[in-house]
Amino acid sequence: MNIEVFLFYIFSSLAIICGIMVISSRNPVFSVLFLVLVFCNAAGLLLLLETDFLAMLFLIVYVGAIAVLFLFVVMMLNVRITTLKESVLRYLPIGGLILFIFFFEVGSVINGDLVPFFSSKLACFENDFLILNQDLKTTLWTNQIDPTTNVAALGEVLYTYYVYCFIIASLILLVAMIGAILLTMRKRTNVKKQEIFDQVYGNINTNVRYVN
Amino acid sequence: MTYYIISWIIEILIIVVPLLIAVAYFTLAERKIIASMQRRRGPDKVGIWGLLQPLADGLKLLVKETILPSNSNVAIFVAAPIMTFLLSVLGWAVIPYGETVVLSDLNVGILYVFAVSSLGVYGILMSGWSSNSKYAFLGALRSAAQMVSYEVSLGLIIISVLLCAGSLNLSKIVLAQESIWYIIPLFPVFLMFFISALAETNRAPFDLPEAEAELVAGYNVEYSAMGFALFFLGEYANILMMCALTTILFLGGWLPPIAILPFTLIPGPLWFGIKIAFIGFVFIWVRASYPRYRYDQLMRLGWKVFLPLSLAWVLLVSGVLVGFDWYPVF
Repeated sequence: MNIEVFLFYIFSSLAIICGIMVISSRNPVFSVLFLVLVFCNAAGLLLLLETDFLAMLFLIVYVGAIAVLFLFVVMMLNVRITTLKESVLRYLPIGGLILFIFFFEVGSVINGDLVPFFSSKLACFENDFLILNQDLKTTLWTNQIDPTTNVAALGEVLYTYYVYCFIIASLILLVAMIGAILLTMRKRTNVKKQEIFDQVYGNINTNVRYVN
Repeated sequence: MTYYIISWIIEILIIVVPLLIAVAYFTLAERKIIASMQRRRGPDKVGIWGLLQPLADGLKLLVKETILPSNSNVAIFVAAPIMTFLLSVLGWAVIPYGETVVLSDLNVGILYVFAVSSLGVYGILMSGWSSNSKYAFLGALRSAAQMVSYEVSLGLIIISVLLCAGSLNLSKIVLAQESIWYIIPLFPVFLMFFISALAETNRAPFDLPEAEAELVAGYNVEYSAMGFALFFLGEYANILMMCALTTILFLGGWLPPIAILPFTLIPGPLWFGIKIAFIGFVFIWVRASYPRYRYDQLMRLGWKVFLPLSLAWVLLVSGVLVGFDWYPVF
């Protein structure tokens, strides 16, 4: 067993265990912390797929921003430690259906190979008939390696082929943001606020006067 | 296989041990510099000119009693300082000290540093919550809110540097500055980056998490002995990390100011060290000079001033690069 498969099993099994702990731990703060662990393990799986840019974005966006806000809210709300009174079996039919569909999807995707790696098997040259037909000793292997980084490859397709999807996604995010701002904004009256702009742009004639 | 593992461990130790020594002497430098700015002497009893003071402090913290508060959440309480320290050391893996002197030359190096520094919030939040104390909790909430807010503007500022460099690799960012350091064309961005770095590392004048007048010492009130020492080490390692990042992004990393003879004699890593020391000095200088911000002013500065301004700078820089056809080819 090579090291990548070993790491794959570690990351995926830890992710599953932490995912179970998210829903089964009684303290909501523990739940969020386990959720963070799930995200970290998912980032590890992305690293194994050699999509390092996506892995880092996953860490920054999900762990660094979203889960922090989760943790913030859960800590501030002062949620009591809940006892799991409700019967677990209540949600079993619909949950089981979703589980079945999900496993069916996963099963239809997997075709035997868990970790598609070329570092161990040279899988990247499999489709390259040119190389296979050449004499292996006279091939310049350094020319066969694609030097494009993850970021460059993503950027090239994201801003050309998928530009409409990209713009639409950004517009959806913008609408969501404006909606959130609109929901929370309300004009309060009788609030003493510091107007820094007025303070900075005043001068001695407008701000200081003699009192007789 | 064993050989590789041993050589890895040695490589990691070669980075971590000097880092810890640097952190220890950075605390001494802070005390000495602030002392001389306030016309005092600072620590001068242990060793010559007080040079052994950090070792004495470390020994004191090591042999003190570790106190676990009775109502605390022990597992998280113990894990929080360890995590803070670990994350502060982790970022140093991708820092290039010289032309080829780097442990891991990642293609997404700057994103890695950013991700690790954004994970640092968890140590603080966990410690504040698990201590089960009002002061620690309020300090942790303040600290986390501050770090999350300033990370946004920090990210946008980094983007405007990346647009000029055309790579996420830290070594390539430094090599892109061979003709000119980015501090000259991007000077306002440098100032914003420096101020955001002060806020991100919870330093004065933004050290609200440990405002002595209101909160006793912030999120680490309940910690004693080694737990406190780990928080302290983590905090100062983060400060040095920010200094190193400023050096790489704006001051040309290991490159000499002008590539002519007297400057090129000094090796690259030494230039890197000199620049880090200079930025670190400015960090301490700021602490000795400025009074603390009020919390609402701090948030206003982050969200209403730095965020729009850094966004505008991203647009300006990319506009200039496209307009003059200067964007980097890769």
